[in-house]
Amino acid sequence: MLDYLWLIPALPFAGFIILAIIGARMPRPVAATIGAGSVGISALVALSIAAAFITAPPHGHVYTQLLWEWISVGGFKPDIALTIDALSLVMVLVIAGVGFMIHLYSTESMAGEKEGYSRFFAYMNLFVGSMLTLVLADNLLLLYLGWEGVGLCSYLLIGFWYKDPANGRAAMKAFIVTRVGDASMAVGLFILYHNLGTLQIHEVLVRAALQWPSGLPLAIAAAALLLGGAVGKSAQLPLQTWLPDAMAGPTPVSALIHAATMVTAGVYLIARTHVLFTLAPQVQLAVAVIGAATLLLAGISALTQWDIKRALAYSTMSQIGYMFLALGVGAWSAAIFHFMVHAFFKALLFLSAGVVIDALHHERDMFKMGGLRLQLPFAFWCFLIGSASLSALPLITAGFYSKDLILWETLTSASGSPWLWAAGLAGALLTSIYAFRMVFLIFYGKPHSDAPRQRADHSGLRIRIPLITLAVLSLIGGFVQLPETLGNLPLFSEFITTTLPATASISNTFSEGTMQYLSGSISLFGVFIAYIFFLYNPLYARNFVEKPFGYALHCFLYGGWNFDRLYDALFVRPFVLAARANKRDVIDLLYRLIALLHIVSNHLLSAAQSGLVRRYAFGIAIGAIIIIGMVVLR
Amino acid sequence: MTNVPAEYGLILAAMLFAIGLAGVLARRNIIFLLLSIEIMLNAAGLAFISAGSKWGQADGQVMFIFILVMAAAEVSVGLAIVLQLFHRIRTVNSDEANTMRG
Repeated sequence: MLDYLWLIPALPFAGFIILAIIGARMPRPVAATIGAGSVGISALVALSIAAAFITAPPHGHVYTQLLWEWISVGGFKPDIALTIDALSLVMVLVIAGVGFMIHLYSTESMAGEKEGYSRFFAYMNLFVGSMLTLVLADNLLLLYLGWEGVGLCSYLLIGFWYKDPANGRAAMKAFIVTRVGDASMAVGLFILYHNLGTLQIHEVLVRAALQWPSGLPLAIAAAALLLGGAVGKSAQLPLQTWLPDAMAGPTPVSALIHAATMVTAGVYLIARTHVLFTLAPQVQLAVAVIGAATLLLAGISALTQWDIKRALAYSTMSQIGYMFLALGVGAWSAAIFHFMVHAFFKALLFLSAGVVIDALHHERDMFKMGGLRLQLPFAFWCFLIGSASLSALPLITAGFYSKDLILWETLTSASGSPWLWAAGLAGALLTSIYAFRMVFLIFYGKPHSDAPRQRADHSGLRIRIPLITLAVLSLIGGFVQLPETLGNLPLFSEFITTTLPATASISNTFSEGTMQYLSGSISLFGVFIAYIFFLYNPLYARNFVEKPFGYALHCFLYGGWNFDRLYDALFVRPFVLAARANKRDVIDLLYRLIALLHIVSNHLLSAAQSGLVRRYAFGIAIGAIIIIGMVVLR
Repeated sequence: MTNVPAEYGLILAAMLFAIGLAGVLARRNIIFLLLSIEIMLNAAGLAFISAGSKWGQADGQVMFIFILVMAAAEVSVGLAIVLQLFHRIRTVNSDEANTMRG
């Protein structure tokens, strides 16, 4: 069964090629069948491979399939080869599974588009194919190919409604900001190849562990450069500014690319090259600090958004911050566990937000919603389950198990610290406040008078099935990893430790049960705060914002801590100024000189072309005399 | 019959060639250009004859006949071109036919 591994990325690519070539000429149902079907079959193949992998694990829990030799130049021989182990298996299952759910949802939700229906599915299939290549890649070069492929699809899909220039700008911003990270990652790959002589991931890790002592500057540089790539892709500080603008794309795109899968590629990269980070403890600490800072900053910004999708985008940044925090303290399986659970509930939140937005005729302002739980009960329940899982309500939601694991391991891990744990706990409070702020603003309270009239829920089966599936997964998905105090069933981390090392924990004075009481009550307390400020008496929040200080603070946080302005002043404007000053390019002078030389010699030569026969004859005579003279006087 | 030294013939040929060349360079009238070219051709022919008689070989005379035939062809083609040119620009002044100037 494992021999069919190549089918997993090949099917979406095939779907892309078919849709790209003849998609525009085929009827919509056919395009939708190819688009969603290719990913669906890919997900089925992934499921059966997972079954085979778990029931009969291959030798060493790794299976590699060599497809063909890609390049062979001297000693540089990257192959097109796919590798599956516990880590990539989880990633593949989530990407193909959640990807299929979102494709199915899109077949119905994108039906209102006048143009670009098959184009949408072509891009989405290309994305799924590239993402699967990324996680299955056997060497870092193939991984980089998938990495760039998903970046391209992200650009194409953010700018999907290309007729509005603002969408095009958002797409460019996402592309350029992630490019900064990608360039850093490319340099990191050069360093790895130059010093270790291979890009095959397993070999890189083995050789690095053998040749590099811990804390070697080279190892630090390589890990830091890879971290740069991860930070760009995963929208962490300081390259996080593109993600809120990326919400310009269609909602299924935001769900698939900018919440569930692509933005977690950075998490995957760090987990995949974990040995390098273990060799560079400073960088690993930086990962944790970046994660903790991002989860706080983004969580606070999420509190001030009025656009439902922007609020979810900040929430995504914040949750990926948790994953980085976990990676940074060496809680590898906790990070991957949270990635999986986050993919379920964040896709669910985005898709049910999409139902709300569609029902209100593309209204995305939460303050113009309100009281929708009666008109849109189905979307309400789905969104509520998603928010509950996001804010990690205890026991019943999957988010509780994953976030609790991260917090616990942050505190107990050898490289963890109480400060990071406190940041994570504060983030948990923020998370449940902003999650239930959204729930209360959208679904409770009085209906807003300006809102469009039409509010009936028209969603059919192709919207309901994915939402129900994801809602169920958001609730029970956590039961694969039960903590010691609640059943002690660590199936997930046992599975992941076949690939990634287990967390090195030190003994702790606190008991895990106390911590769970604490984090559980914190998230319930957050719900209570959200209830007080946004439902019981919204005037509290409004009065605060209307004061000058409150207003300034609100603007500052709404703009995502004004990182956009900072970068504008630091990079964009100096660059534009320099470009203006150098409008007549200095380097060009040299080339213009060469051009001038040719123009002058052209004038000289064309003067010789006088059109006077006698002068030509004169030239011939002089030439003849010279040649004869040379022969005679030699 | 006294032999004329070959040098005399060659000197005469060189002088004729110089006269022809001077004509080509100095005259503007295309007819005179053609005439001057004829003189240069005959100078070349005279040089062949002189050289042939000096070595006692017939090759020089063979070459002269070649030149004669070629000159006839050249004159016929040249005069045809001159006629066409006169049709177009209504003059036989070669300097005014400078439309190919670069």
